[in-house]
Amino acid sequence: PSLTVPDSVALVDIYERLPVPFGLVRFGVAPDHPEVKNVINTFTQTAQHARCSFHGNVRVGKDVTVEELQEAYHAVVLSYGAEGNRTMGVPGEDLAGVYSAKDFVGWYNGLPRNSELRPDLSCETAVILGQGNVALDVARILLSPVDILKKTDITQHALDALAESSVRRVLIVGRRGPLQVACTIKELREMVNLPGTRPEMEASEFEGIAETLKSLARPRKRLTELLLKAAIETPGEEELERRNRAERAWGFRFLRKPLEVLPSTDLIRAAGIRLAVNRLEGDGEGVRAVATGEVEDVECGLVISSIGYKSLLIDPAVPFDARKAIIPNTMGRVQQTAGLYCSGWVKRGPTGVIATTMNDSFDTARTLLQDIGKGTLDVSTVKPGSQGVSTLLEKRGVKPVSFSDWEKIDSEETRRGEIKGKPREKMLDVGEMLQVARA
Amino acid sequence: MSVASASIQFFTRLLRYRTKCAVPFHAASRILISPYLPQVFGGNKVLLGTCAQPLRSEEKVTVYFINRDGRKITTSSAKGDSLLDLVVEQNLDIEGFGACEGTLACSTCHVILDQKVYNQLGPITDEENDMLDLAFGLTDTSRLGCQVCLSRDLEGITVRVPDRVNDMRRSDDAGPTL
Repeated sequence: PSLTVPDSVALVDIYERLPVPFGLVRFGVAPDHPEVKNVINTFTQTAQHARCSFHGNVRVGKDVTVEELQEAYHAVVLSYGAEGNRTMGVPGEDLAGVYSAKDFVGWYNGLPRNSELRPDLSCETAVILGQGNVALDVARILLSPVDILKKTDITQHALDALAESSVRRVLIVGRRGPLQVACTIKELREMVNLPGTRPEMEASEFEGIAETLKSLARPRKRLTELLLKAAIETPGEEELERRNRAERAWGFRFLRKPLEVLPSTDLIRAAGIRLAVNRLEGDGEGVRAVATGEVEDVECGLVISSIGYKSLLIDPAVPFDARKAIIPNTMGRVQQTAGLYCSGWVKRGPTGVIATTMNDSFDTARTLLQDIGKGTLDVSTVKPGSQGVSTLLEKRGVKPVSFSDWEKIDSEETRRGEIKGKPREKMLDVGEMLQVARA
Repeated sequence: MSVASASIQFFTRLLRYRTKCAVPFHAASRILISPYLPQVFGGNKVLLGTCAQPLRSEEKVTVYFINRDGRKITTSSAKGDSLLDLVVEQNLDIEGFGACEGTLACSTCHVILDQKVYNQLGPITDEENDMLDLAFGLTDTSRLGCQVCLSRDLEGITVRVPDRVNDMRRSDDAGPTL
């Protein structure tokens, strides 16, 4: 919605911890999905608006508190997402070779804090826990031909590691059955069409599924049809030949829940994973996975848990629901705190794609504008805005990065990428980003 | 068709969306980018729109949009591109429309057509259907605006923008969470 309000004009300042903007659009979206990043153009237009300014390299909660922001601004909107992840909570989770999908994705996407991850890709089998789109992204990046990846903005160190990778088989494991799989059809179709790979699944895990098709809603029906086709349908001659030539394999495994990551003989790294076998109870929305007591061990050297992101507390002054891991709110108004709002994953939980989250942000903005209109948000007093905050930051030795500073980083990354035929070569070090920003 | 001209097409389109000015497309430069060009943009997917027959400048097409608030917007274009192009070029006030800029990576340009108009359009690709699956309020006459190409046959059509535009990648619908 418009940033203008009757009789007054809104100024919007954006505070971001890193010197670079865009969050998950830069660090989460897979390198081989460049079209998903097109929203950056819309964001750029907004950031370049005369009444909007970007302040990167500012840690809210450390360099400036939320209370100090509330003193400086009429309204503060928290949109800091979910930088933590749900853990499996099983023994062996800390062994070498076990990573959260969040960190693995951060590694190949150039998130500075994951630049030293150095995942060990010298094993043959990788097991991914979780069957959402992030899990499929990880599987696809692990198995994609390097010739495809090298033209993307994947980081150079990831590209080099993947070129040397021994991973030939990726299992994507979920607690429930084929009808509960959480990924969407676009990502599944990409796996089915992935050059040099073939699907390998157990027909027994799909018993009774085909019979349910006619009762399914269109999205689930099409997804399940494609899954069945890949998993159990006898391929035509051409496809059969293609599969026989494929050197890499992937497959879903259902009704499996991690119990323990099994260590190697030297007890340092992962050598396998112990899985509890489930069965399903109930039907429709109420389907639940229940342990059967049976257990299965799978040999693997790489375990990636992709079971969900999680928001963290940014500042003790901000109410936080530790159980749901969101900021308690009503339509974006933070409970019990006038002038404080939230939007996106920290408001609703860490699900949904860019468009979902974008619409949610529109909703929060509408709520905020309504509050101004109704008078419940008082904008009659004069507030110092960024002037107030910059005084504090200066005292604390913090130098923000402006949007035009980011554009220098952007140009340099693009320039470095061009040399290699990539859209950009991302900088991995915050220090280097700051150097280029100040140049 | 060459990789170079596909690149030029891609970047020209990107530039056009950023600056919202019309860039003329000549029929000769119209390229249907097929799924079999994986190396160009690092993926095995259909990339750009499929409007292969641009209108010539003397063929204006009038289209009526019914916005989410029920208001009717009358607009016309002499450009032979898609309904999304029309919304962008005419700067229509439709919130969040076309987030991925016509690259079949979202469902925010979801529109509902009259049955007759829907029937006269060409077949829907898997890629478009895949994204339609995620559209909120999907109907039997739904299409993605970025895939509906303007032509003289579409003169005077009414296009309804559905009530709420949400990529439905949530667990209650298709089961997906991200």
